[in-house]
Amino acid sequence: MLGRRLPSAFGARRPPLALLGLGLVVGLAAALPALYLVFAVLDDASAALDAVLTERTVGLITRSLGLAVAVTAAAIAIAVPLAWLTVRSDLPGRRIWATLLTLPLVIPSYIGAYLFVSALGPRGALADLLGVDKLPSIYGFTGAFAVLTLFTYPLVLIPLRGALARMDPSLEEAARVMGRGPREVFRSVVLPQLAPAIGAGGVLVALYVLSDFGAVSIMRFNSFTRDIYIAYESGFGRTEAAALGMVLVVVMLVLFALYARVRSARALHRVTPGTQRPAQPVRLGRWRWPALAFCATVAAIALVLPVGVLLYWATKQISSGLELGALATNSWHSLLAAAAAAIAAGLGAVVVALLSVRYPSFVTRIVERVGYAGYALPGIVVALALVFFTTRVALPLYQTLAVLVFALAIHYLPLAVSPISSSLLQVPPRLEEAARGLGRGPLAVLRTITTPLVASGVLGGAALVFLHALKELPATLLLAPIGFDTLATDVWQQTSFGFYEASAIPALLLLLIAAPPLYLLSSKGSVAS
Amino acid sequence: MLIRRRLVPLAALAALLGGLSACGSSEDEDTLTLYSGRIAPILSPAVKQYEDASGFDVKTRYGDSPSLAATITEEGDNSPADLFFAQDAGSLDAVEKKGLLLKLPADILAKVDKRFQSAAGMWIGTTGRSRVIAYGEQVKRSELPDSPLKLTDEKWKGKVGWAPRNASLQGYITALRLIEGEDVARKWLEGMVANDVQVYDSNIPVRDAVAKKEIDLGLINHYYVAEAQAEDPNYPVKVHFPPKDLGSLVNTAGVGVLASSSHKQQALRFVRQMLSDETQKYFADSSKEYPLVAGVAAPKELTPLADIPSPNIDLAKLGDLQGTLKLMRETGAL
Repeated sequence: MLGRRLPSAFGARRPPLALLGLGLVVGLAAALPALYLVFAVLDDASAALDAVLTERTVGLITRSLGLAVAVTAAAIAIAVPLAWLTVRSDLPGRRIWATLLTLPLVIPSYIGAYLFVSALGPRGALADLLGVDKLPSIYGFTGAFAVLTLFTYPLVLIPLRGALARMDPSLEEAARVMGRGPREVFRSVVLPQLAPAIGAGGVLVALYVLSDFGAVSIMRFNSFTRDIYIAYESGFGRTEAAALGMVLVVVMLVLFALYARVRSARALHRVTPGTQRPAQPVRLGRWRWPALAFCATVAAIALVLPVGVLLYWATKQISSGLELGALATNSWHSLLAAAAAAIAAGLGAVVVALLSVRYPSFVTRIVERVGYAGYALPGIVVALALVFFTTRVALPLYQTLAVLVFALAIHYLPLAVSPISSSLLQVPPRLEEAARGLGRGPLAVLRTITTPLVASGVLGGAALVFLHALKELPATLLLAPIGFDTLATDVWQQTSFGFYEASAIPALLLLLIAAPPLYLLSSKGSVAS
Repeated sequence: MLIRRRLVPLAALAALLGGLSACGSSEDEDTLTLYSGRIAPILSPAVKQYEDASGFDVKTRYGDSPSLAATITEEGDNSPADLFFAQDAGSLDAVEKKGLLLKLPADILAKVDKRFQSAAGMWIGTTGRSRVIAYGEQVKRSELPDSPLKLTDEKWKGKVGWAPRNASLQGYITALRLIEGEDVARKWLEGMVANDVQVYDSNIPVRDAVAKKEIDLGLINHYYVAEAQAEDPNYPVKVHFPPKDLGSLVNTAGVGVLASSSHKQQALRFVRQMLSDETQKYFADSSKEYPLVAGVAAPKELTPLADIPSPNIDLAKLGDLQGTLKLMRETGAL
């Protein structure tokens, strides 16, 4: 019943011109960071080659890829059971669990890493608690792996919950009727349908790991992105940094090609008549206790532990006085910039996803892949690219909120593209075609048929952008209007001065702002229609 | 019902766009724009002193010095900044090399020792910081090495911490290359790596690791310990100024005026304010750095600047960071 997609069956599907035009605009916008790298590399091409063609580059890329693969695998291993439990089982408190288990995404990785070092480091709180002199070191690969896994698995969990909720239960029922056991059904029917969502989330995790600087830096793991930062920090390394950035873009393209394979393997909508209905929750019975224990363990390590340390610091901080006015302003700024970025990226992503899923062609593939470049590149590159282009072609807009929002939107565009693509894959094109056949225009179809059906994907995508934009630092520091402090820049100011305890309250406020959208999203995840 | 459902997101979008344009930048005639690699708690009171004295407003963009230097480089002549205040000489030097700084007038340059300013007079040091060895209570004073070069001794294996991404440490290594030669620098770096030197993200975690006895010694700037001691007189970390070899090199934070500034006179007035007795004294008291203008007393808990064994080298030459980074990478220090 999962039929191969046969584009030729629908004739040559050409995208409407308006859609294609919009797609090219979005693609060009998303390509700016990569274009900037090209400009910077061309400045001194031979120096760029020298910088890249070294054994060190190969070694660092191997290390970074190794970390990315390990974290992605672990994130998937954590997210799959969590998604299934919170969507398809009768686990008590599913919505609460779904919200709690997604929240770790909002903890900036440098704060998360620092919290882990304070708690579990050789001389951390746990060592004090156990009364031992020194715990084994968590620095290096182990620490970076643990921290990044714990703060990125929600990137898989969110699209996966959406996909599970939209999945047509009749397939599983058919398989069960034909005598397959529950495990067999999961392996042969459920898992293949989830592959695009797992792939989409997995790519995001891998790219996040490749572009992360905060966690690897604090965990003392020598990664490729850390090298790019070092090149920038030296103040002379523009060309070198850009050349290294280009390598990251190439790695991203390879990763993405792999993901495209997973995704295009099959169509995921019903091809038989009938409409989809929500699945019945699976009764866990006595399995509910181990299931609860699993959710609780993940939540304890990824959320309760860091939040506990933050709360402890916050209480110390509160006793020495708070600047409530500044906290309120910064919260509003964070909310404003992140919400605007989420809307902008959401709109852009709908265009990209429609083009790449409904009208796959060479051009639309390029548009989609270019979009991922902004996400694979470290934030500092995206920020400098916008500095470069805005001061040259749009000076009056420079250092306005509009440019910051634009930067955040192109930086996080893929976060919105992938859930929307996965949800589009589950919408039968026949529905859209029927509407076209009945005389509706392409835009009317988009509005009345496609949009409602992929609404959960769009919301999920926009929410992911929102959550990332909330904690974004390098672009906010360089591009925001002067004085436009956010919670993330507040956290940065405090930590750069060593006032880790003073960073606790803005960090907690980040979590507070993120919780309501996550809660709403979690309800979307469990109601299938 | 349907209409209402459509209106809500539209209204939200309109409100957002309104918010966006309201936050747009405006070019004020009597406002200076400052890019600062120094953080707000330290810098803003000094900026306030200038604002009170001049009647001008200052808008400050905070960031880390190298990123701001890179930003100014990308902005080129269109930079909105009038001034660049950096944590380290290297970042100022990078902007100077792009020809983006204004030559400072003689009265300003005369206020500070030549050691602490750009050779071409394009930027000037405001405060000095010394490279020191921070040590924990478990280390006896008599055990302390008289030179950082001796930290490669077996005795300190795995017990020393540093922050190789830190501009001050890189400046120190550049100085080592300039004064003791490339071979000595390479041997030292190889020795440090072989001796299992512990790598941290920046100076503060190194200091904190010494306090937690994770390590015995840390190579950091002097004022990090002074700051912690100001908060807590019993802070369990002490400072050692090693007398030999490159000893405790002094590096500087400084400020430059952008050549593209449309408020050059006011910007220069800002620089003069930073070098005034009032602001120099403020820096010395608050951030425990060395004032660089003659006649302003250093914080009394610090070893006087004149007594710090520091080689007489041209800070501007510390700009050869690329060679230093290359050496650090080749030896595995980075």
